[in-house]
Amino acid sequence: MRVVHYLNQFFGGIGGEEKADSPPEVRQGAVGPGRLLESVLPEGSQVAATIICGDNYAAENLEQVQAMVVEAVQEAKADLLIAGPCFVAGRYGAAAGGVCAAVQDRLGVPAIAAMAQENPGTDLHRSRILIVDSGTGPSAMRDVMAAVASLGQKLVNEGPIGRPAEEGYFPQGILKSEFVEQTAAQRMTGMLLAKMKGLPFQSEAPDNPIEKVTPPEPVKDLSKATIALVTDGGLVPKGNPDRITRAFATVWGAYSIEKQTRDGNIGEGKTGLAGEDYEVAHGGYDNNHVQDDPNRLVPVDVLREMESAGVIAKLSGEFYSTTGNANPLENSHRMGREMAQRLKEANVDAVILTST
Amino acid sequence: MEIEKAGIPVAQITAMPTVAQALGPNRIIKGQGIVFPVGDSSLPAEEERELRRRLVREALEALSTDVT
Repeated sequence: MRVVHYLNQFFGGIGGEEKADSPPEVRQGAVGPGRLLESVLPEGSQVAATIICGDNYAAENLEQVQAMVVEAVQEAKADLLIAGPCFVAGRYGAAAGGVCAAVQDRLGVPAIAAMAQENPGTDLHRSRILIVDSGTGPSAMRDVMAAVASLGQKLVNEGPIGRPAEEGYFPQGILKSEFVEQTAAQRMTGMLLAKMKGLPFQSEAPDNPIEKVTPPEPVKDLSKATIALVTDGGLVPKGNPDRITRAFATVWGAYSIEKQTRDGNIGEGKTGLAGEDYEVAHGGYDNNHVQDDPNRLVPVDVLREMESAGVIAKLSGEFYSTTGNANPLENSHRMGREMAQRLKEANVDAVILTST
Repeated sequence: MEIEKAGIPVAQITAMPTVAQALGPNRIIKGQGIVFPVGDSSLPAEEERELRRRLVREALEALSTDVT
């Protein structure tokens, strides 16, 4: 097995932060941690070449560094690219992940990086490449290299790759079907019994760490506030102009309600949204009730009343909608950020979010 | 969550407050049902409208209440 190894200026032995601007250079054979890597690679393997690049240089010229690493891997006729371990060094991690992804995408040559969970490169690249958990410091360097070598050998031989916890890499957000000995009920009962006896057990549900958000300041005076309606229930104008999908939605829409609620829809009991103007793009619940009366999801009617009565200053002229059904969290975060931007531009003071 | 990070308070009306709670929003109001968070097709129109007024008022109160 022929391996190319990517290192930053520090682990490549060039220098510290003062050498972070060093452009990439290729050296034949193993350098620094590459020697340890070579010692744990399978018999007959070698680190054919090492690329050393300054962290700042890589951060500022990633495309150029990627192109150079691709060329070096090709030239060395390598079977595998390994980058790092980068531990918690952020620029190093981002570059290591970036060169691995480029080599894998452009050459079809497998690539593995190693870094800590806290490294921003991990979240940036874990879905595209295998990243071995290096921990935060080099104390377990040998174990990390052994995990990298074992995983690398499997990739090169196209052998089956075990689960993240078994192989030591970060989950990539992939679900794989597999045959198991016991049904879910049996496994669950086993876990419960273990828990009751105080024995260790491994949950099959990933634990998504939830970040805390400091509550924003409350609205001081509702009668001076602009309120916007946001929903994840998938209400869209007839024809679904943004083609929001009924599950796994990747887009959201902002839909004007000025016309719908100002022209001909004014009057006692008629100030809201009318079913004939809308449809529901959500495959996770029975849409008929909302189709019959969209105010059951996006309560425009009562907010228009409150606006007329001066309870609130203004109902925002558009509502914001997407479909919250089987959505990966990262996706929802992105859409949330985009919505927040639009809400700010619309000078919205507070949001009522309705969820199905 | 991202909207609150941008400094705009959010009140969420949902029939599944425990699911919402697990994700950490700060102001949650229990909605009427999964298929109609702020409605109920089994009620006469005027009662349904009153229910919706009540839920939206609760949301507005939450938005003007300090939760820190």
